[in-house]
Amino acid sequence: MAEREVELVVEGHPPGLQHHFSDLEQQREASTMGMWVFLITEVMFFGGMFLAYLVYRSMYYQAWVVGSEAMDFWFGTANTAILICSSLTMALAVRASQLGHRRALVILLIVTMVFGIAFMTVKGVEYHGHWLKHEFPGPSFHFEGPYEQQVEMFFSLYWAMTGFHTLHVLIGIIIIGFVAYYGWRGEYTPAHHNTVENVGLYWHFVDTVWIYLYPLLYLISHSHPYK
Amino acid sequence: MSTSAVPSPEREHYLNKDYGIRSWLLTTDHKRIALLYLMLITFFFFVGGFFALLIRLELLTPAGDLVLADTYNKLFTMHGQVMIFFFLIPAVPAVLGNFLVPMMIGAKDLAFPKINLASWYLLLIAGCLMLYVILTGGVDTGWTFYVPLSTAFLNTHVVTAAIAIFIAGFSSIFTGLNFIVTIHRMRAPGMTWGRLPLFIWSNYATSIIQVLGTPVLAISLALVGLERTLHIGIFNPQLGGDPLLFQHLFWFYSHPAVYIMILPGMGVVSDVIACFSRKRVFGYEFVALASIAIAVLGFLVWAHHMFVAGISLYAAMIFSFLSYLVAVPSAIKVFNWTATMYKGSISYDTPMLYALGFIGLFTMGGLTGLFLAALGVDVHVTDTYFIVAHFHYIMVGGMVMAYMCGLHFWWPKISGRMYPEGWGRLAALIIFVGFNLTFFPQFVMGYAGMPRRYWQYAPEFQVLNVLSTAGATILAVGYLLPMVYFLWSLRYGKIAGDNPWNAAGLEWMTTSPPPTFNFEETPVVTWDAYNYDYLDRDKKDVKEAPVG
Repeated sequence: MAEREVELVVEGHPPGLQHHFSDLEQQREASTMGMWVFLITEVMFFGGMFLAYLVYRSMYYQAWVVGSEAMDFWFGTANTAILICSSLTMALAVRASQLGHRRALVILLIVTMVFGIAFMTVKGVEYHGHWLKHEFPGPSFHFEGPYEQQVEMFFSLYWAMTGFHTLHVLIGIIIIGFVAYYGWRGEYTPAHHNTVENVGLYWHFVDTVWIYLYPLLYLISHSHPYK
Repeated sequence: MSTSAVPSPEREHYLNKDYGIRSWLLTTDHKRIALLYLMLITFFFFVGGFFALLIRLELLTPAGDLVLADTYNKLFTMHGQVMIFFFLIPAVPAVLGNFLVPMMIGAKDLAFPKINLASWYLLLIAGCLMLYVILTGGVDTGWTFYVPLSTAFLNTHVVTAAIAIFIAGFSSIFTGLNFIVTIHRMRAPGMTWGRLPLFIWSNYATSIIQVLGTPVLAISLALVGLERTLHIGIFNPQLGGDPLLFQHLFWFYSHPAVYIMILPGMGVVSDVIACFSRKRVFGYEFVALASIAIAVLGFLVWAHHMFVAGISLYAAMIFSFLSYLVAVPSAIKVFNWTATMYKGSISYDTPMLYALGFIGLFTMGGLTGLFLAALGVDVHVTDTYFIVAHFHYIMVGGMVMAYMCGLHFWWPKISGRMYPEGWGRLAALIIFVGFNLTFFPQFVMGYAGMPRRYWQYAPEFQVLNVLSTAGATILAVGYLLPMVYFLWSLRYGKIAGDNPWNAAGLEWMTTSPPPTFNFEETPVVTWDAYNYDYLDRDKKDVKEAPVG
């Protein structure tokens, strides 16, 4: 973002400028700020669950260690790697749109989508495994091991937190699909690409949530001092 | 007085630009969306009011004779949910704020007009779900959805009601987001932060709360819904879950939500008092920053709703102290409003009557709030009618008064017509009398020990309850009157002209009703807000140049 190219059309109506803004700069700043404010609401939304996690983890630490050991370390690690890679391709896609490289933009967005779909696939396999082992809360919940009830609480948080996160990944994939389509049609120019930037912000946010979920859910047992 | 000519009938403005139903339902004009909101929330105001009247009718006699106990639980639940989420929270921001924020700062529209329209549709969808809940048996959790009552013990439409409020919450979030970005990025040249009307400041503070608080309500309700449907038992005591955690999350939103409801009303009252006292608001900066202070402090006091719920004594003492602190910015506002009126040339038009009513009733509600912030007194009056009276003094005596105040004040701008002044003053008087008759006895009966949320009560409270019910019927008449004469004025009202109050503010410098893009050309602001000395320069001996 260092050298933002300013190619404002001086006379007439610049393409992509909505009627109620006075210029593209104002429009760009407004939409970026809107996205950041939206991300703040997302932080507060996930914050409620992270708070619940924190409270119960401090109350039932031993059960949390047991629950964390029931997680599949490699699935979680693979998904972390996948999402970090997708963040890279997303950042490159934003850069491509700034430079006006249409072909690179579309390809990078599609690669980001593929990473997202890969994440969801891994997550789906993982969910399926938990489901088969009756590790879904409710009347049929079953867990071989100590602290069965508190472990069910751990799984409640696991399903809620990763469930809402995966929902956000899914929404992100769909939006990126639209952006890729509009990018392929050539709607984004170096002077007018805030949609790409905003989707990038959203995608990085979704990745960041996972960066916190991964250690909190998968790695407790690996840091357990008595192991 | 207003110097502009009576607008010629053929002048194009936002109301007569198009007429088709599509031009309304697909509009992105913030003024039309404001009117869509006005219709929607007026409908829900009367739905919620209907429940209130049924509650008061049941309480006319000590015996539970009109409705069953379960029905009564549903009545107060749906009264609360409808009034809070479908009337009070959208009232001033989504109707008056939507209409006025862009105009007051000299913008053509809100920053995100399509999101603005989407917000209205979200509220419409949420409202339809709520109506479905109401018509198919209702919900009886109390508006608070406390667990484990809501998750494990009730077989009513808890999930549907939670989804409705979840969606209504996102409507509120997007309105707040729109306002924040608009106020930051869309101000006209010269419209600095120090020149913004206080209505803008208070809506800005409100938006901050909406954006920070509402998502927490959303996740709390989502988790309640997941617990009921999928047994994801975050709050389930059988798994070691803590129902108090739900209360913490719920009140983290729902206490600030009180300020979502009252702060915009304070903005309305600031503007109206300045206009009808013909003075700049005394201590403008302090009133502006008090809004922000209330928004910030409002996030730090939630646990005073939980003093008897079993939180630690130390936490309770800290929350008690912080709750007292909120009184400081609130008092700053009240003192500065009275100081604004001091030596002003006051006129008692309808908006001013409402504003004066607001100051008195809000002060009553605020001072009784201090009783409740005090730990010992709170234990005595928790879950009594004292609480009910307290928050109705803030919500109805404060917020609804301010909403009516703003509606009358800006009605000439919205419709281009004057409402009938005599009827307006009469309605304001009826509402004030009816309100006090309804809710003052509730302070007395609550302090004497009458609990809330029961459909029966001890016979010694009957006199006070009859007074309260009588007041509620008077109040109902008071609210129906404006509905009638506002509609009447659309056709028969006197043509208002651009600035019937000779009021300050950019919204009064454009035509009434305004053109679609608000201003013929973007205004350039060179004066401070409330430059009444300049507007009244011909009438005063002391001549002063416009500031700036």
